[in-house]
This record gives sequence, C-alpha cells and structure tokens, in this order.
Amino acid sequence: MFWDTFGIWIAALLTIGIVSFLYRDNPVYKFCESLFVGISAGYWFVSLYYQNLLPKLFDNLGITKLLGLSQNDGAFQHIFSGHWDGRIWYVLAGILAIMMLLRLVSKIGWISRWPLAVVVGSTAGLYMITYFQSNFLSQLQNTVIPLVAIERIRALPSAGMTADQFFAAYLGNLVLIVGTLTGLVYFYFSKEHKGALGGAAKIGIYFLMITFGASFGYTVMSRMSLLIGRLYFLFGDWLGIVR
Amino acid sequence: MSNGPFGQKLFQALLRIDRRIIFLVIFLALSIPIFLGLRIDITVTQEVRLFYNSVEALSSGSRVLLSFDYDPGSEPELQPMAETGFRHLIKNHIKFIIMGLWPQGPMQANKALTRINEVDEGFLVDNGDTLYFGRDLLVVGPDTIRYGIDFINLGFQAGNELVIQRMGSSIRAAFANDARYGRPIDQFPIMNGLNKLSDFDLVINWSAGYPGTVEWVQFAVDRFHVPCGAGNTAVQAPQVYPYLDTGQLSGLMGGMKGGAEYEQLTGMRAKATMSMVSQTAAHIFVVLFIVIGNLAYFMTRGRKKEGRA
Repeated sequence: MFWDTFGIWIAALLTIGIVSFLYRDNPVYKFCESLFVGISAGYWFVSLYYQNLLPKLFDNLGITKLLGLSQNDGAFQHIFSGHWDGRIWYVLAGILAIMMLLRLVSKIGWISRWPLAVVVGSTAGLYMITYFQSNFLSQLQNTVIPLVAIERIRALPSAGMTADQFFAAYLGNLVLIVGTLTGLVYFYFSKEHKGALGGAAKIGIYFLMITFGASFGYTVMSRMSLLIGRLYFLFGDWLGIVR
Repeated sequence: MSNGPFGQKLFQALLRIDRRIIFLVIFLALSIPIFLGLRIDITVTQEVRLFYNSVEALSSGSRVLLSFDYDPGSEPELQPMAETGFRHLIKNHIKFIIMGLWPQGPMQANKALTRINEVDEGFLVDNGDTLYFGRDLLVVGPDTIRYGIDFINLGFQAGNELVIQRMGSSIRAAFANDARYGRPIDQFPIMNGLNKLSDFDLVINWSAGYPGTVEWVQFAVDRFHVPCGAGNTAVQAPQVYPYLDTGQLSGLMGGMKGGAEYEQLTGMRAKATMSMVSQTAAHIFVVLFIVIGNLAYFMTRGRKKEGRA
C-alpha cells in the first residue's frame, strides 16, 4: 500500500514537472526530462537484453548453460553430444550482431555495412509482397467502383436502403474516385500543370489538404485524450477529488 | 465586422495573445466537466458498430486473439477500449488469448483485468488462500472464467511482424510457454486445437503504432485470412481507415471517441464516455481559437500591406 501511494506521488510530481514547461522552461522540467530519457534508455537496454539477446541467442545456443546460468541445454550441448540442433543457425545472427557493433571501431567500421545490407534486403523483400497486396492491390480494387448502377436503383425498395442513404453512398463513391484521380494527377510531374491537368492537380491539392486537416484533427483529439487521462490521474488517483 | 482603429487594435492584441492563456483555457475546458460529471449523447459511427457486430457474431466458446500493441503512454485512449472489450467478450462467453508485440502490452492487459475486477465487484475474486490475481486467477460473478481454460496470457514476443508471420504456420513456434507460469502452452486446455493463426475466430488488435494494426492487416488478414478488428489511437486511425473500406478490417475504433461509442453499444459506460464532455469542450475552444486567429490575421494583413505601401 505504501509503495502504491509512493509511486502515485512520484508520478504526480513528475507529471507536474513536465507540464511546468508550458509556463516556461525551468530546472524542474529539465530534471524530469533528463530522468525520463535516462530511465527510458535503461528500460529498453534491459528489455532488449532479457527479451531478445538472452532467450533468443544465449539460451538457444547454450551459452547460458556453459556459464552455469541455466539448466537447459542449447544447440552447442546437443551438437557436442552428437545430435543435430537447428538452433545452431543462431550463430549466424550472433556473428551479424558482432559485425554491426564493429562500427564503433573506426578502422573496421565498414564491416557493419554487411549486416545492415542483410537487414535492408530482407525487410525490402518481406514488405515488397505485403505492401503490394495490402496497400496497393486491395486499395486499387476498392477504387474501381460504380458511379451509378441503374439496376441497384431499381432494386432500392427491396435492398432496405432509403433513397437518401443510397445517394449518400454514391456521393461517397464519386468523392473517392475524383479524389483518387486528382490526387494522382497532382503527383504526375512529367508534364507542366497547365490547363485541364493544372485544374485537376489543383482539385487534388484540395483533397490532400482536407486529408491533412483530418489527420491534424485526429492528432488534436489524441493529445486532448492523453491530457484528460493525466487529469483523471491527478484529480482522481493522486488527489482523490474525483472518482 | 468593424475594421476601424478599435477593431484593428483588438485583432492585433488577439494575435499577440500569450500562449499560456490558451493553455489555461484548454486546461479549464478539460477540467471543469470532470468535476461537474456532465454527460453527452454519443452518436455511434458505422465503423464502431461493425466492430461490435463482429464480436456479437461470434458464438459462445469461440476463441479470440487479443494483441495488446501499446504502452502506458497511450493508456488514456486504448485502455477504456480494452476494458470494455474484456467485459464484452466475457459477457458473451468468448474465450480469449492475450499476447503483445509491444513489451508492455500484456501488462496493460493485466491492468485492464485488474481494473474491471475493482469496478465490477465480484467479477474477479480470490478463492481463499491459494488463489489471487497474478498467479492462480479465478474469475467468478455472473460469468466465470478461469485461467488456462477460458483465457490465457502468452505475453510479449520480440520480432514485430515476424511474430505474426510465424504464428501463421505455428503458434507454438512463436509462443512456447505462457507468461504467467512459464509452462508449455499445450498444458492449458484453451490451446487445444489452436495450432495456427487461422484457427482463431477473430483477432482484435489494440494498437498505438508500429508494430500494430497495419502489420496485423498485412500479415494476419491478407496472408492468413483471419478476420481482424482494431482499436487505434486517434493519431493512427486515419492511416488504417482505408483498410476498413476494403473490408480488410472488420471494424475500427479511433481514439477515446471510438472507445466511448463502444461503451455505448455494449451498455457498459465507463471512462471514455465520462471524458467525452471534456473532449468536446476542448475541441470547441480549439476551433474557436483557429477561427479567431485566422480572422485576426486576415483583418490585420490588409492594414500591414497599406502600411508598407
């Protein structure tokens, strides 16, 4: 109980310390900021060690067993006893990791480019397919939609849609098609934006601006939500004046 | 509107207003409704209704994968969704498997379960000396759920989207042990017959960024054809909206407002609903500031040009 209360007090004081920047830059804010940076760095270092290096590399290879820190056999123990263990391939990952660290040594820092090339190459290969499928083909398919479908207008009474809903849906289709085409025209730079092309590009800019505005609106909403969360913490968990 | 000397002075004063006054106004706009306990009606949008319907469509005993891909920094937006999500699943007798692509994600899941235990009295209780939350959790009340039978926490796994990719062919390759006991997941009845991602009836992703909803859509939905619903921070929501139109997402909740709509649909009004008046008040003031700022800028711009001429 004491430690819960102590933690709440620390969190509350640090929150106020950070928020004090809104008034002006001050030593309390600087202290809180530095504390945050330091704790984050420490947290991520420990987190990466215990969740990546230790279980995936040291445990799998059997290094922790060799050092007497674990009871479980790893790849080295199995292979030395004459049994094949596929986890031995983690050696390659370990070598690549060491090569990456060599960038700290200026004379042989160029070696770090090799593991970097592996990361870039494998990531590009992985994403080439996924982005093509999820962000290109599926989105393109969804843009090929009818502006007006006469047969669906005839079927309106049985479709359970009111005329208003139906036309609102088709207005949405129209906006989507016009927005996509004019947006693409804006990013077409092989011809000067004049005449019809210029007009379409200008409409494209408006669509882009509305998109940025929507994103900005959502960002404002998000930041307000975070502030509300902090206020509930200060007024509720800390001061106990709201439930 | 007057553009005389007084109007000019007023507009110029508005342009020079101390930003701390704006901060103070926003602080008051957010705080006062919290103390007054005001409520407003919330209109439920189609994307949140789709999410709700995708859970309602599941039969009793279905198994849902819950991926908690956020940290305490996004708690005000995503935690209300997660808490309502738990209540919704438990009420509908749906089993759930918790995991996280963010290290703190599964802890947020535990926090949400603890929270609904505190709020919904008797929902989660100890059973004598041996059962307590964090070890041998037993959940009772109108709906009883038991660890390992009705839900399980697989914990965090490093590897980002590659974890999803691996789960596509084998869940055990990605998560050998559970997070609570460190025991092989085969020892828990809930995992019977759950071998790969496509064995789940639904994936629900609470996401604050990378890795998150985009990766779940790209790998789980498009590659392994598992339906996926998502709750996102408001910042991230515009990025994933296109996936909703294409049907790649079966539902979407954006920010605290999405959480409030979900609470409205489930009839479990909680923190997100309580925060909507504060949020609305702050938005009104932000819009007012933008309008006044632009008005003052355009009204004084002409005078400056005249001055220069």
